[in-house]
Amino acid sequence: MNVSRESGSAAAVPPAEQPTPGLRQRLTELRGPGVRPRALDARALAALAANPGCRRRALLDGAGVDKAALAQALGSPAAYGRSQFAIVRGNAFEARVKADGGAELMRLLRERLRPGAAGPQEAAGDAETAVPDLSAAGPEGRAARTALALRAATEAGGWSLLDHPLLAVEVAGSPAYVEPDAVVVHPDGGWTVVEIKSFPMIDGAADAAKVGAAARQAAVYVLALERVARQVAARTGREVRVRDRVLLVCPKDFSNLPTAAAVDIRRQLSATRRQLARLTRVEEIAAALPPGTTFDLRLADDGTTATRPAGELATAVAAVDADYAPECLAACELAFHCRGRSREDGAVAALGRGLRGELGGLRTIGEVLAAAAGPPGPPAQGSAPCGGYPDSPDSPDDPAVTALRRAAALRAEALAGAAPVAGRRPEEPGCH
Amino acid sequence: MSLIETLARMEAVAAGRARPLTTVRHRHLSERPLVLVPLTTSGEAGAPLGALVGTDREKPLLLAVPQPRDRDLRFAFLAELAEAVLPYLDGFADGIEWEERQETDPETGKKVPVQVELCADAPQLIVPSTPGVGYVRLLGRSMRFRRTAEQDPQAPYPAPPQVPLLGRWFTHVGERARVPGASLLLPMTGLLTRHWATGQSMLEDQHLGALLVWIDPPPGTSGRAAAEYAESARDADGQLRCPPAGPATDPAFDNRLLAPAMARYDAGLPGAEDGVRDLVESLLRPTWDAVWHGIDLLRALPAGAHVADRWKRDRWSYTAHRDRVRAGEPPQPRRDDAVTAARKLSARESAQAQLDAQEALDDPLVMAGRRLAGAAFQGTVTAVEPAFSEGRRPMPRPLVTLRTADRPQLSEGGKLYRSLADGKTQTAEFAGFAPDEPDAPVVRLTGGMGRGREPAPGSVPEPDDTVCWTLFEHAPRGGPALPDPQDTPWTHGGPPPDPAAESPDPVTAEDLL
Amino acid sequence: MTGTRTPAAAAAAATDAILHDTLHGDHRGVVVDSPPGAGKSTLVVRAARELAAAGRPLMVVAQTNAQVDDLVLRLAEQDPQLPVGRLHSSEPGAYDPALTGLPAVRTSAKIADLAELDVVVSTAAKWAFIKVAEPWRHAIVDEAYQMRSDALLSVAGLFERALFVGDPGQLDPFSVVGADQWAGLAYDPSSSAVATLLAHNPGLPQHRLPVSWRLPASAAPLVSAAFYPYTPFRSGTGHGDRRLAFAVAGDGSGVDRVLDEAAESGWGLLELPARHTPRTDPEAVRAVALVVRRLLDRGGAATSERSADPAPLTAARIAVGTAHRDQAAAVRAALTDLGVSGVAVDTANRLQGREFDVTVVLHPLSGRPDATAFHLETGRLCVLASRHRHACIVVCRAGVAELLDEHPSTEPVQLGVAVKFPDGWEAHHAVLAHLSEHRVRWRP
Repeated sequence: MNVSRESGSAAAVPPAEQPTPGLRQRLTELRGPGVRPRALDARALAALAANPGCRRRALLDGAGVDKAALAQALGSPAAYGRSQFAIVRGNAFEARVKADGGAELMRLLRERLRPGAAGPQEAAGDAETAVPDLSAAGPEGRAARTALALRAATEAGGWSLLDHPLLAVEVAGSPAYVEPDAVVVHPDGGWTVVEIKSFPMIDGAADAAKVGAAARQAAVYVLALERVARQVAARTGREVRVRDRVLLVCPKDFSNLPTAAAVDIRRQLSATRRQLARLTRVEEIAAALPPGTTFDLRLADDGTTATRPAGELATAVAAVDADYAPECLAACELAFHCRGRSREDGAVAALGRGLRGELGGLRTIGEVLAAAAGPPGPPAQGSAPCGGYPDSPDSPDDPAVTALRRAAALRAEALAGAAPVAGRRPEEPGCH
Repeated sequence: MSLIETLARMEAVAAGRARPLTTVRHRHLSERPLVLVPLTTSGEAGAPLGALVGTDREKPLLLAVPQPRDRDLRFAFLAELAEAVLPYLDGFADGIEWEERQETDPETGKKVPVQVELCADAPQLIVPSTPGVGYVRLLGRSMRFRRTAEQDPQAPYPAPPQVPLLGRWFTHVGERARVPGASLLLPMTGLLTRHWATGQSMLEDQHLGALLVWIDPPPGTSGRAAAEYAESARDADGQLRCPPAGPATDPAFDNRLLAPAMARYDAGLPGAEDGVRDLVESLLRPTWDAVWHGIDLLRALPAGAHVADRWKRDRWSYTAHRDRVRAGEPPQPRRDDAVTAARKLSARESAQAQLDAQEALDDPLVMAGRRLAGAAFQGTVTAVEPAFSEGRRPMPRPLVTLRTADRPQLSEGGKLYRSLADGKTQTAEFAGFAPDEPDAPVVRLTGGMGRGREPAPGSVPEPDDTVCWTLFEHAPRGGPALPDPQDTPWTHGGPPPDPAAESPDPVTAEDLL
Repeated sequence: MTGTRTPAAAAAAATDAILHDTLHGDHRGVVVDSPPGAGKSTLVVRAARELAAAGRPLMVVAQTNAQVDDLVLRLAEQDPQLPVGRLHSSEPGAYDPALTGLPAVRTSAKIADLAELDVVVSTAAKWAFIKVAEPWRHAIVDEAYQMRSDALLSVAGLFERALFVGDPGQLDPFSVVGADQWAGLAYDPSSSAVATLLAHNPGLPQHRLPVSWRLPASAAPLVSAAFYPYTPFRSGTGHGDRRLAFAVAGDGSGVDRVLDEAAESGWGLLELPARHTPRTDPEAVRAVALVVRRLLDRGGAATSERSADPAPLTAARIAVGTAHRDQAAAVRAALTDLGVSGVAVDTANRLQGREFDVTVVLHPLSGRPDATAFHLETGRLCVLASRHRHACIVVCRAGVAELLDEHPSTEPVQLGVAVKFPDGWEAHHAVLAHLSEHRVRWRP
């Protein structure tokens, strides 16, 4: 997906959705003077899905800070990048799918989205497909052109294929532009998002993690389209439905021939809708920062070298809490930095989100090991399970502490080899 | 993750190196495994870039594809791979022993004992990581439907006969690898994480280099520092100092080194093919060495008592596939039919239950986890009271009282199991707690005492004995027989199509993908 | 919805249509969706009797031994003369001893002993080992949504046609080993029997029981909207038909106030201060036990359409539901400490299919630092929120809404697998939003 975002380019969105001037000013300060905001690209969406509760990520993505450059300047660069082989292959495949006015794409779409269930016009099958020109200057221009093309196509009532339309979506109160691979307008006024990916579908199955990511990406496109759809419906009086089944096109088996599957994205839609709505918290997070906080790298004239000292940047980043978990490593450019801090703090979650479940209020590895080091056995008489929580976090009355002590004792006993119990007969197998 | 494993990870953080999760080795390790380190081309499905393969750690065979998008070169790679791997796979086919099995006589319909062949040993493939296992499956899928010139003289790009055969074997070991505890095809990361807890997360453990240095850190460094170096340290050229274990390559390698080398090959420059081969080898060799390092670490652990039992099942699996190949059966279909899928699921569920039970019985540290979870308890016998069953022929049902600090999740009449010295299992049931003693469960023995009026000597524990009862069965049974695929009922779509009807993958016109 | 007909008329019409398709239709299968308390067992018993009366012997497949015993007892109660076979395993205690006293019921571990009987009932696991020369012409498969596809595969050869009955909103079957490789196949062995059946036989008639006789008017709309968004149902009773009252006035404590709220509105949320706790959170466990204790101490009385006089709310009419077994064990211990006995305390899995006047639920996400697929599972919450005839009281730590919002949404998507609705995340939000209107904050 290619996306871009312009600061101060709110012309394409209705006034009500513009950020407050104060917030926009604050977000500009956070990026640094003259720094253009980063796009809400696939990776930002992945980070949003992987860790919607992280305030640091919410603020940096909301302000459009270049997290990759920030991580580099902090001395913990991310290891992302795309192989040129994959890029070449992806582009070649997309071109092939869209060749001949999208004939193959339209065939797959009609086949997979069940023409039988569609209106009578759709049954016509190989009806002419219009491919409107969407070129225009600048993202606002392209988005406006896309909106016009969608309206015209919907009014015309035939098939239209929009190749790389540009759509605006609101992120943390400011507009971001997203660019689906294609959108198809049906004769009945329905709109379908098309995603073209270069991972294969082998015998009808594909990598579920990659399909999931594609579905979440498509959900953002559908949300962006819904805004346009409301406007088009209001102006044309036609019912416009953005379909919640998208078309995923992939190479078939080991070939470069395309195949496709319909993907139901209703779940991703509701989750993404809620997560984007929560990004409005950015204002509240920004307000809590110490005055003057900025993530400005103070780039040198070459436009890539940060002149701001790493220590200063680290202080600025530390001003907003992260919620690091190992899943961040695959989703967020700042993950190595946050991991380092999390490990320094001895945070339990650095070892995995899941293991917090049995540790109750214990937050650090030091606390856990100290609690486990206490005498084993059940808590003092008459306390659990009806007692309340004592004030001390590692009190033996805490069931997490009790369980830890039993775990530590059992582990030590097993590692000690011979069972410590007296009277054990050598031929008795016990637990061995 | 169990609390005991959580604790082990935290101990590893504090110690700066991995801590044991087991006291024995729970997987079979062949004396002569075949190590396979494959690399794939970014963005292409089933377009191998190269591999190191072999059974001799000093002399791996290097296979490399100077231009993976060229179909002829890809197919040549697969043919070379088959030549390297098939002799190893076939090498176990003829060393056999005889086993007695009950089979239904087709004439009388009665079960009769028959002597059947069982291969005395079986091949074992070790790949660096879990994606490597997936890649073996993918290669198997891409090869097994290829047609040889003999099968189809008209086939474009006919395959040498060993290629579809290797496809079937890779498919077989790839499927077998989904069976819990099976060891025909194993990822080194999976083997190591079963036996050691590092001070990092399970996700980070998927990096073989980082995992290894947690288990065996270089002198003077902590596991954490060494692992962070292994993950991300780069040289002046921007290349990772510890290349990823594949099969995917690092984009920086593709863009800065591989792409120019391939361009030189495409331009027909002299020595260009060797240039790509050297690059591929430089990327593969550290991982090759890492896999063997892992094998050394695992060999230092004694094998668990039930490991040989499970390996025997792998040998059965190998023997059965050998027989299918010999009988000329068609390749495995693209997707399982309903009955095959249900059979596999059922077999894997029993294998999982069996593995869980056997690992606990073989290893006090694993049993400790089950005791913590309330699925087993160990204690000292404080009293034994003779008792008998009701009925015409009373049988001994002695009541054994224990004292234990464990907190099993017992329910009245619930079944209990204990492993006896001779390897047999004694059954019992929970008979309630001793009056006013919540840590003194009473167990009624119901089996394992012989057939007499009096329990067989030594079959009833005595006061002061340490005993361990489990709430789980020690040899869980499999599910019921499923219908023959030809009898698939209407609820499941009726009988599947003939597997021999699977056609080869169509070949597209272009030479390049 | 069901139009303007009375609930009784709508339910009767649905039942008639189901029986017509079962007895006279020409499809090999009939599927009936039954929301909580909609009379599924009554339907199964009636269909079995009508088939038997029409001279068409049948086999009945249920999923657990308790369900089989319950069905046999109901059949015998409705028709003491009906010859019923209870096929059981050869383990001791394999069936309810109460069956031995029933004149027309025969129990055996061998199918040959039962072959001549009108109705033979057993578990899917037992049926799977049975071999017969001639298949039954009819079968009823009960709790079909909780049955796995592979279990149906191993018994479907025993019958020619079948009535499949179940509740799609309860806990799905699962496998402890990975089954991803079959995802998207119509016969994925780890999916539900109904999913496979319908994927292969899309033309089968599908019915649904439109009225819950268990859930009160205060609960049916929420449970229907949160868990059955595309197949709504309604309550068989109106807002004034059921009443819960206490003889003893509340003492103003948080526990008593939540009881009063639940008596008044049918729902109560006792919210404890936010805190991360292990599963057996002692404060929450004690709060659950106290709620039960006060329910009994305050002399609860339940008035319903079943009788003119209020029925005393006894321990047997109260259940406590939890997500985990160790939580249930902790609640039992806490109740014992408070001198309470006779209250059913169990996990959602074991409360499936049961019914009480009042339920007290320890919220699956209470005190958790993170949500997991297990805790978010729609069916688990659905079971816990739909066991009651009068009121449901949920005990929970504050902060669950934030926990849900912070839950990663990175689920993989398998091609070709029908998306199950609603998903747990959404259902949890819906239930929580409703409960927050009946919240009593309490610091123990």
